[in-house]
Amino acid sequence: MRTIIFRFTAPYLTALMLLFSIFVLLRGHNEPGGGFIGGLIAASAFAIYGIACGVAPVRRALYFHPMAIAAAGLCFAVAAGIVSIFAGTGFMTGLWVFPKIFGTEVALSTPMLFDIGVYLVVVGGISAIALALEERESD
Amino acid sequence: MADSSDIAILKAEAMVHGAFAPSDYLVIAPVALCFLFGAVLLMLRKRVDWHPFIAIPGFALLLAADLLLLRKVASSGPQTMMMGHWKPPFGIAFTVDMLGALFVTTAGFVAFAAAIYATGSMSRTERRYGFFPFMFLMMGGVSGAFLTGDVFNLYVWFEVLLIGSFGLLVLGSKHEQLDGATKYCFLNLVATTLFLITTGYLYGLFGTLNMADIADKAGRFENDGALLTIAVLYLVAFGMKAAAFPLNFWLPASYHTPRFVVSALFAGLLTKVGVYALIRVLLMLFPQQHADLATLIAWVATLTMLVGAFGALAQSDLRRLLNYFVIAGIGTIFAGLAIGGAGGEAGSAMARAAQAATAGATGAAATGAAAAITPLLPGSSGLVIGLSGATFYALHSIVVMTALYLAAGMAARIAGTASLRSMGGLWRSQPALAALMLVFLFAVSGLPPFSGFWPKYILVRGTFQAGLPWLGAAILVTGFLMTIASARVFALAFWRNAPEAEAAGSDEAFGFQPAGKPSPVLSMLPLILLALFVVAAGIAPQWLADMTDTAARGIVDPAAYVGSVFGGGS
Amino acid sequence: METALSVVVGCLFAVALYLLLSKHIIRMLLGVVLLGNAVNILIFTAGRVASVAPPLVPKGAEMPLSAVANPLPQALILTAIVISFSFFAFLLVLAYRAYQDLGTDDTDQMRVAEPENDGLPPLGY
Repeated sequence: MRTIIFRFTAPYLTALMLLFSIFVLLRGHNEPGGGFIGGLIAASAFAIYGIACGVAPVRRALYFHPMAIAAAGLCFAVAAGIVSIFAGTGFMTGLWVFPKIFGTEVALSTPMLFDIGVYLVVVGGISAIALALEERESD
Repeated sequence: MADSSDIAILKAEAMVHGAFAPSDYLVIAPVALCFLFGAVLLMLRKRVDWHPFIAIPGFALLLAADLLLLRKVASSGPQTMMMGHWKPPFGIAFTVDMLGALFVTTAGFVAFAAAIYATGSMSRTERRYGFFPFMFLMMGGVSGAFLTGDVFNLYVWFEVLLIGSFGLLVLGSKHEQLDGATKYCFLNLVATTLFLITTGYLYGLFGTLNMADIADKAGRFENDGALLTIAVLYLVAFGMKAAAFPLNFWLPASYHTPRFVVSALFAGLLTKVGVYALIRVLLMLFPQQHADLATLIAWVATLTMLVGAFGALAQSDLRRLLNYFVIAGIGTIFAGLAIGGAGGEAGSAMARAAQAATAGATGAAATGAAAAITPLLPGSSGLVIGLSGATFYALHSIVVMTALYLAAGMAARIAGTASLRSMGGLWRSQPALAALMLVFLFAVSGLPPFSGFWPKYILVRGTFQAGLPWLGAAILVTGFLMTIASARVFALAFWRNAPEAEAAGSDEAFGFQPAGKPSPVLSMLPLILLALFVVAAGIAPQWLADMTDTAARGIVDPAAYVGSVFGGGS
Repeated sequence: METALSVVVGCLFAVALYLLLSKHIIRMLLGVVLLGNAVNILIFTAGRVASVAPPLVPKGAEMPLSAVANPLPQALILTAIVISFSFFAFLLVLAYRAYQDLGTDDTDQMRVAEPENDGLPPLGY
């Protein structure tokens, strides 16, 4: 896509969408949102960047291969389930810790770890497919 | 609405109590291991040389976990793990009984063998495109399907294994792979969607998707028409997944297109997942509807067997011939599922409780006769005999179909083609491979002393006892036709001298790499492993028959299964 | 409400099946999408359409304050949407690849894997 306006705005739009996707991801535990929808927003951000500026810059920006990102997410999700073996409860039981970071109580939990895993799986998987499709269009 | 003490009580009632021992995690271990190893391998996508060294210990670990699980189930009955500590039926249950444990162990066994074989035959590019990660993903889906105790969860595992199988199917992206994959993907997607539709109806009717809960409630359910509709829809959906006759066309269109290892895994595992789901859902949850449908299943079984056998006779490509062997095997398994419903002791429309009682009574009455007639399964009712034979045959079929494709892959790589027209002379050049192939061909045709003989023996006996002699005759005729097809394979590809070099220009089309010599150890070792099972189950079938008998009894009378889920849940 | 939704589901199924019966892969793809949506509405209807309040627990409370919609069908549908979406994405790529490589999107002409005149195997040796 060679329009100047699009190419100029796309990086800002991508950055904004990524930020929003993380907001949606973290909001997801108690309110509408979550890993899947956050991941979709992030993946569409990369897709927009790819449409505007070509696929190669996106791959450079991602640094890791999209499938490797998805795999890391899968690892997180499985780990979130297995952690409960150390607590002596059933697989995937939600476990919470409330450490104080800089004086603020932060709620960290295995469901959040699982959600982050889902987010990464969706970002990786959908970006891989979208980038593959965009690559084909250009040649 | 409620004050805090009420809430505390509600919470206490919704959650499982009691600590979990680490050994309870065996129920979930096969699935978790597969995903963990698959993810790690996917992250190491640049280091393809490391892949085999991680993947093979991974599959060995999977097999070890499966065996431990089988031992635990054999010694202390069905095991349940509730996800997230929720009480059934609110939480998702992973429940494994003898049937699931047997299937998952056999699946782990063939996956281990196939992984060793793949190490010797997969090129670097194919490993880079994710052969091992996709294989782990598919095995995760297969294991999950065998272990889960929730109908919707079963659907999710079906989709997981489908995604994995799609990835394996298009690996290499040859023309005919894309052709086969298109048909495979669309038809399998339609089948799983039908599964989902039926699950929606099931939920609308029962308000629960926990299998143990449904098994408990289905017997008391009044609305026969609705249950029969659901049972028929499940029969269609799982019949399509299992490639039963009128819905089998996706299988011969696609299974011969990917790499031999991938074909081997598909042929061994994917159709059997459909069979397993059918046993689990139709026979355990809807026994009465199963009895009503038994005649239909018998016809489907007969036609599937004959289509498989005649199809195999008409093929000139080794792999396409084996495709039809898979279908014939599915027909034989379906024959076992028809016994005991149609015209047999348990055939009349009875409520669950009455049926269990009758099965016990007829079993007791027939103990003398049955003990003499079916020495492997003394004192079992027709339903149990049929189901036990079907399970035995399914396990045999998982191993022997995987072995046949792997052996055929090795033969085709050595001969440079998979066409029976131009293969030949392998007996001279590869006597060990030829001997192993002969064992597998004997087993798949159901000839003694190999593993295919005993389940067929049980099934034929069962059909005659159940008053379905034509079904037994169909099994025997199919066995005869498959013997002819097997003999043709052996005579043409191994026994005769190599024909004058016909245009062997199809190398590219079949995806061989003549440059890369197959590693003999890595190819022969898995074949020998699989052959050990085939011979062991053929010479001493009693241990396996005992286990399949336990599995069948657990399905016919799921009290232990239900008790495992609801009796404390841990 | 259930009756109206049932009619919608029936119409969607009819359209989806009509599209799936087509020979052209692109129409089959559209059929798959419609079929997925039809199933989602079916599950939604099977879970009974009773209340309009979303099944969310407000802040500070331990359980919903009023009667809420059945959350389970929503969870099932979400899962089904995720799955059908990823399958659609995969099928789209696959169909595109097949179209490029095989030069057709007509399933009747896709005979590479099963050639038409394959002939019989050798009947003797």
